Amino acid sequence: MDLLKRFAAGDLDAFESLFRQYQCKVYCWIVRIVRDPATAEDLTVETLWRAYRAHARFHPDGNFEGWLRRIGTNAALDHLRTARAHVPLPEDFPADSRPDAAEQRESRMAIHSALGSLPPQLRVVVQLGLIEEEPYRTIGEALGISESAVKLRMFRAVRILRKKLHDWDVRR
Amino acid sequence: MNDQEYEQFRKKLRGAIPPLGQPELGRDLWPAMLARLNKPRMRVAWYDWLLLSAAGLGACFFPGLIPALLYHL
Repeated sequence: MDLLKRFAAGDLDAFESLFRQYQCKVYCWIVRIVRDPATAEDLTVETLWRAYRAHARFHPDGNFEGWLRRIGTNAALDHLRTARAHVPLPEDFPADSRPDAAEQRESRMAIHSALGSLPPQLRVVVQLGLIEEEPYRTIGEALGISESAVKLRMFRAVRILRKKLHDWDVRR
Repeated sequence: MNDQEYEQFRKKLRGAIPPLGQPELGRDLWPAMLARLNKPRMRVAWYDWLLLSAAGLGACFFPGLIPALLYHL
């Protein structure tokens, strides 16, 4: 019997095989939304747990990866709604001793802060579409919205970000 | 915003927040899932259900009780 059919029937062994097969892909998707490896690991388990609980609703002929991506995106959005509005700074920023380094760091902080202040549904679109360059269609499928709705969200998000960064530039 | 401005903005954003690309998962998460699967599910005692049903019925038949019920929540 096909693995997906066995999963849909609630077979735990089939779920384990699928878990091992898809955990990296789910993690990879989620970490690009939450940008924190430890949180992404927790949310990967949460995503696959939600998928296992909803096994009866999955159609074996459907796109399993897309289904997981959608559940994962919802789990990540739930997390962003409850977590502090903050985008973690990457740890691998080089220590720069040039005179303009402090200014550059300030500018980066302003961008992080502006992105962190966006509503989660806009922030996800910016992070996946603008930073990670995922196709709008994939983002739309993961969010359960159309491609044109993704474009609209992107437009709104960019407008807000540009305004926040412009205000920050004026205040300096 | 024209295409050039959009591209400049995208570059600025990617400069501040570098893309993660295809990050590696450092460990197997199956043990964590197994622990979650084996965790006993929260059980609600029968008398809690009874109390809830009584409160629900009370609210249906005596709607005036709803503020009192809400107060005691």
